[in-house]
Amino acid sequence: MNFAGAYSLINMRYLFQGFLVTLGVSAVSIVLSFIIGLILGIIRYSRIKWVSGIVGFIIDVIRNLPLLLILFFTYFGLPAIGIRVGSVSASITALVVFESAMISEIVRAGIESIDYGQMEGARSNGMTYVQAMYHIIVPQAVHNMIPALLSQFVSLVKDTSLATIILLPELLYRAQIIYSQNSTYMIPMYLIIAVMYFIICFALSKLASYLSKRYAS
Amino acid sequence: MFELLQSNWSTFLTGFGHTILSSIIALAASLALGTIFALLEVSENKPLRIIASVYIEIFRNIPLLVVTMVFYLVVPMYVVKIDGFTAGTIGLSLYTSAFIAETIRAGINSVGDGQMEGARSNGMTYVQAMRYVILPQAFKAALPPLGNQFINLIKNSSVLSFVAGFDLMYQADTVAFSTYQVIPTYIITGIFYLILTMPLSYYMKHLEKTMKQ
Repeated sequence: MNFAGAYSLINMRYLFQGFLVTLGVSAVSIVLSFIIGLILGIIRYSRIKWVSGIVGFIIDVIRNLPLLLILFFTYFGLPAIGIRVGSVSASITALVVFESAMISEIVRAGIESIDYGQMEGARSNGMTYVQAMYHIIVPQAVHNMIPALLSQFVSLVKDTSLATIILLPELLYRAQIIYSQNSTYMIPMYLIIAVMYFIICFALSKLASYLSKRYAS
Repeated sequence: MFELLQSNWSTFLTGFGHTILSSIIALAASLALGTIFALLEVSENKPLRIIASVYIEIFRNIPLLVVTMVFYLVVPMYVVKIDGFTAGTIGLSLYTSAFIAETIRAGINSVGDGQMEGARSNGMTYVQAMRYVILPQAFKAALPPLGNQFINLIKNSSVLSFVAGFDLMYQADTVAFSTYQVIPTYIITGIFYLILTMPLSYYMKHLEKTMKQ
């Protein structure tokens, strides 16, 4: 264990860039998967014959697959059918596909938690279905969904570490590069990246439990 | 695709077996650990509560892959030699136990205070009341989320492929890179995973619905 050597300025700078990659990939994936998840959740709730059934089945399939498999599929599978992807685009694609399926379930449960009378009331006041969804149902549902969404985002941040296998230069990948040069750096490296992941995720977790307590009362 | 499955049947099956074995061991271990930490978290002893919540927060907020790599690389270097399958299963158990502890704690909290008071005033000790009155009700309430944790556990067992754990994902990579039939291999692998997770997932949804009524 060589802490002083492991935490040299050049290593720290290298690792910090990985921290930024983790944050960046997470942030982009969170925004995209929230938007897509919201749309999919509404489609699934809508019970339009066929459409919501087929979408629902695809969502169930994706939710029940390991993210790692989806990651391999995007990174190694897409080039096989002629779509060129880099490690950043493959990671974001896989994360968005997987997480938007997870989020759509949260959205559907959130919308279902809103009393149907709200929709009936809005419709009988002359709103269209889309207007009622947009102005009445979704705002209330998002309110209920926030804690579940945040804990989903926590697992998204943790899941970015899997992308190390497709050479995304994020935290874990860079830590491995550093300790592969000197094995006495191994423990210091795992310690510091664990702390870095912990800081992001713990902050999000605490926010989630704070919000769920606030909304419960 | 069918030929690919036929010629690599034993490879896929070995992986499927390792995935199931690892998931079942990790489920048993994480249920036991999770129950213990849930009980510590609701206990009246403050130091024990703190120990439990530190454990839970640490494992909930660090990626499973980091936990697994520590057991695969660091532990053999300083403590004891373990193979990839063992390291992966230990990592999986510890990681999942934190989530299960939270689930069971929520189950215990959902049982009314009156239950504990009633049991105690009928002459039961705290341990007896927990064992015979609170926990059985808590487990029943926590069954659907526990099932979902088990589904996550099966999916997460794919990290064994990082540490040469011979699971389904690991074998899939072997097949994919020896036959160069990447897409068919991953489709077959996906179907194997779905055989395990899909029925569980639908059963849990059904259970949630019947419990609501």
